[in-house]
Amino acid sequence: MRQRLPAIVSLLVVGGALAGLPFTLSGYHVGLAAQVGIFFVAVLGLNILTGYTGQISIGHGAFMAIGGYTTAVMSQDHHTNLVLTMLMAFAICFVVGLLVGLPALRLSGVYLALATFALAVSVPQLPLKWSKFLGGRDGVQTSKTVSHLWLYGAAWTASAILFVLAWLILRGRVGRAFRAVRDSEIAAVASGIELPVYKTLAFGISAAYAGVAGSLFVLATNGFAEPSEFGVVLSLQILVGAAVAGLGSLWGVLAGAAFVGLLPAVSSSVPVIGSDHGRDVVFGSAVVLVMLLLPDGFAGLFARVRRFARA
Amino acid sequence: MPLLSLDSARLRFGGIVALDDVSLEVAEGSIVGVIGPNGAGKTTAFNAITRLYRLDSGDIVFDGRSLRRVRPSRVIRLGVARTFQNLELFPRLTVLENVLVGAHASSRLQRENEQQRLALETLADVGIAEHAARPAAGLPFGTLKRVELARALASRPRLLLLDEPAGGLNHEEVDELVGLIRRLRDERELTILLVEHHMRLVMDLCEQVHVLNFGRTIAAGPPADVQRDPAVIEAYLGGELAA
Ligand SMILES: Nc1ncnc2c1ncn2[C@@H]1O[C@H](COP(=O)(O)OP(=O)(O)OP(=O)(O)O)[C@@H](O)[C@H]1O
Ligand SMILES: [Mg+2]
Repeated sequence: MRQRLPAIVSLLVVGGALAGLPFTLSGYHVGLAAQVGIFFVAVLGLNILTGYTGQISIGHGAFMAIGGYTTAVMSQDHHTNLVLTMLMAFAICFVVGLLVGLPALRLSGVYLALATFALAVSVPQLPLKWSKFLGGRDGVQTSKTVSHLWLYGAAWTASAILFVLAWLILRGRVGRAFRAVRDSEIAAVASGIELPVYKTLAFGISAAYAGVAGSLFVLATNGFAEPSEFGVVLSLQILVGAAVAGLGSLWGVLAGAAFVGLLPAVSSSVPVIGSDHGRDVVFGSAVVLVMLLLPDGFAGLFARVRRFARA
Repeated sequence: MPLLSLDSARLRFGGIVALDDVSLEVAEGSIVGVIGPNGAGKTTAFNAITRLYRLDSGDIVFDGRSLRRVRPSRVIRLGVARTFQNLELFPRLTVLENVLVGAHASSRLQRENEQQRLALETLADVGIAEHAARPAAGLPFGTLKRVELARALASRPRLLLLDEPAGGLNHEEVDELVGLIRRLRDERELTILLVEHHMRLVMDLCEQVHVLNFGRTIAAGPPADVQRDPAVIEAYLGGELAA
């Protein structure tokens, strides 16, 4: 209990700050803060896969697309409650994640990264193929749109629930099995860990998280889902977020999400370079800088500070 | 009936015959050594028993049951645990977590506290409890060997396979290890099959010794007999054994 105290206190402080935040911010900034919450969910999910089981994915934008279209289509066609569509996105993406995880069992490292990249490229094209159901190039519009404040509440409530869920999954036997698989597949197998079970499970959970992020993402664009929203860059942003957060730890996720959620907006008005390309240049430089200074991401930084404080 | 037997086991890698018609029996409760020059097929035998490799022909029988069709991840559930010659640890897990993973198969219904208590006990049993909270990466080789031993013990095996447990140890440490292995065998009612180049350890500890050379059995029997066997002496060029 005493060991856990700092963790609990930090969670309460962050939770309290997030609860109070919308009352001090303008509508635009509440929207931005909601954006961070959306990335929080996606980065958290990718971290479970890449950070804990060591399977790299550059394709999580694909799961976000599936989650986003789930929300848009259910809301447009059936006027389904938006929160319910998020639960559906979670469930559908969990199953899709398991299915993607099966062939992924045969791949690892760069090859797995490339295969998931192919997913990121191809899945957002599906609405063009099945335009009758998925709106084609014109996209799909939810029957209801939400306010910045609603979105903020939904994104951070989802973040909190999914953070606790991730913590519960990862703290014991299952989490250890995930990390064992990452560190040595041979030793994991020799210890009785069924690789296919844990690797596909991680894919499923991770995809489900991305699905919820996708739902929120569509709500953040006025309830409008279209293929171009879910481009390859989105997948890369999530991966950058996970790397900045620090792989294999839950403590840096907020920093990673803030990094990818805020930096593009903050840096769009840099002097000298100009507003058009400034954004990308600043973002790119910041990524390089963080990776150089914090090779283990923010989680690694926190761990160092903790060790320092104890010593 | 022996607890473990290899029955005309054959395994080849391309042109190399790593196991050539090897038959071997390990009686319950005994400590059996496998020796032989580098590349003799000792580790390959372990990998075949734990199903990381598939035999081309022949059979492996544990406790009356063929392992030929058993999945690698099931072997430990049947009661066979192992260590690795060149360490296969989980470097980013703590020492305690490494041991907890070792108990993965046997701890399904245990509470986390209970699992941790047992894992700590196992660490204390092999004398490295003070390292429990450290990440495995960065610890000295000798300690890591103990971590692997503790991880294997955590599954409560009946048969323990040790691949060069004395690798990298000095004289005193080897003596200590001999005592430890014997005590573990007695207290935990283990059967032990071990690969070792360290002849004194083999001679002190093993009741039976099996000698491989180029994948083939060249001698088998009590250590004193094997030590005098001309074929064995020749395989080692009179080196280590004569000394
Ligand atoms: N996975 C593999 N692929 C190809 N050849 C292999 C493989 N594993 C082992 N071998 C070969 O099989 C032979 C037996 O190797 P093994 O590792 O079993 O020897 P060993 O008796 O354990 O030797 P050492 O004392 O050096 O550990 C060697 O020639 C080795 O090169
Ligand atoms: Mg070997």
